[in-house]
Amino acid sequence: MSNKNVFFNPFSKSNPVLVQILGICSVLAVTAKLEPAIVMGLSVIAVLAFSNVIISLIRNTIPTNIRIIVQLVVVAGLVVIVSQLLEAYAYDVSKQLSVFIGLIITNCILMGRLEAFAMANRPWPSFLDGVGNGIGYSIILVITGFFRELLGSGTLLGYQVIPQCLYDAGYVNNGLMILPPMALIVVACIIWAQRSYNKDLQENQ
Amino acid sequence: MNKQGNLYTIIYIVVLVVLVGAALAFTSISLKDRQQANADADKMRQILMSVNISPDKADIISDYQKYITDSYIVNESGEKVDPSLKAFDVNIATERVKAPAERLLPVYVCTLADGSVKYIMPMYGAGLWGPIWGYMSVDADGTTVYGAYFAHQGETPGLGAEIEKPFFSERFEGKHLIKDGTFEPIAVVKNGTKPQGDEDYVDGISGGTITSKGVGEMIDNCLSPYSAFLKKLSTK
Repeated sequence: MSNKNVFFNPFSKSNPVLVQILGICSVLAVTAKLEPAIVMGLSVIAVLAFSNVIISLIRNTIPTNIRIIVQLVVVAGLVVIVSQLLEAYAYDVSKQLSVFIGLIITNCILMGRLEAFAMANRPWPSFLDGVGNGIGYSIILVITGFFRELLGSGTLLGYQVIPQCLYDAGYVNNGLMILPPMALIVVACIIWAQRSYNKDLQENQ
Repeated sequence: MNKQGNLYTIIYIVVLVVLVGAALAFTSISLKDRQQANADADKMRQILMSVNISPDKADIISDYQKYITDSYIVNESGEKVDPSLKAFDVNIATERVKAPAERLLPVYVCTLADGSVKYIMPMYGAGLWGPIWGYMSVDADGTTVYGAYFAHQGETPGLGAEIEKPFFSERFEGKHLIKDGTFEPIAVVKNGTKPQGDEDYVDGISGGTITSKGVGEMIDNCLSPYSAFLKKLSTK
């Protein structure tokens, strides 16, 4: 696989959320508003890229029988650093994301990429793979967050988008969009759209 | 050296953990001041929210210094204690489990733009999933609630988490903590019911029963020790 494919495939063809159905729990949890979704996406990109590079650099020294533990230690360390940085530089967002930054450790995308890619590839492709998968995950987060905030609160990034005259005319925000089940439905719609477009992803009947 | 051997494995994991631990310790120490400043600013914002002032992010510290004109610690009999301790630094989470007579009770004095004086008292308690906390402000005579602010760590969104919304804290405005000279904590009850005593009450959150109960218990536990202090204010 060329470096280009390594980077771009996760955007659509092997998207971690849409195709591999990984990391769904955090998609449900942090997408009620757009801003935490973006910060969560950036955090995952950072953790995924660096853990991929670190594991790739030391891949030949890791004893096979403790490789999962080594991966976990690296990921956990990076996640704590990211959450400390957020607490220092983006306090409000870190309060909104609360436990979910810590739970990046348990995001299946991370362990999946480390085990499947970084353990067998050189650092540069591993870095691209990490960033690519992180972006693939973030795209879904941002799309979901966009629709949920727009329809659920009438705002985007906290700014009022739906004009007051619509509310005066009887429009109301859809409270269901704020609740977690709606995230599942929005993600399902994205999967639907993507599979109608990419026919080769459809399962045989 | 045999990379699959026990000795290699043990040395490997020890070195790795020490390295990661050192990196974490370094991050923690170098960011500590900033994090503390953020946490302090957030606490100031919450204190101001209880007197219905919601400052912009940039103005929190200047607004706090403008409105909060004094702060001190009282004891159970309502007398000021050791002035070397700062009210802002008192950890309510550890104070609330002590016997009422041993507690340090912080009081923040707020002077509003129109010159009226309010007293703010901190609270801390337990909700359903984690801690809840808040601040309650009373008028200068110590009997009537002027405003309240509640926050939580991880109550259920849409149910218990509603306690942080203004519509809930506004229910406390105008309720009485001192009635006919005796201290009565405000009760939080199920919609449509009344408490057995004659204390003032507010409706809890439907579907957030345990969190609402936690708020009631928090008010009882954290504000009861202030009763002497409040009575002194009302007879002044």
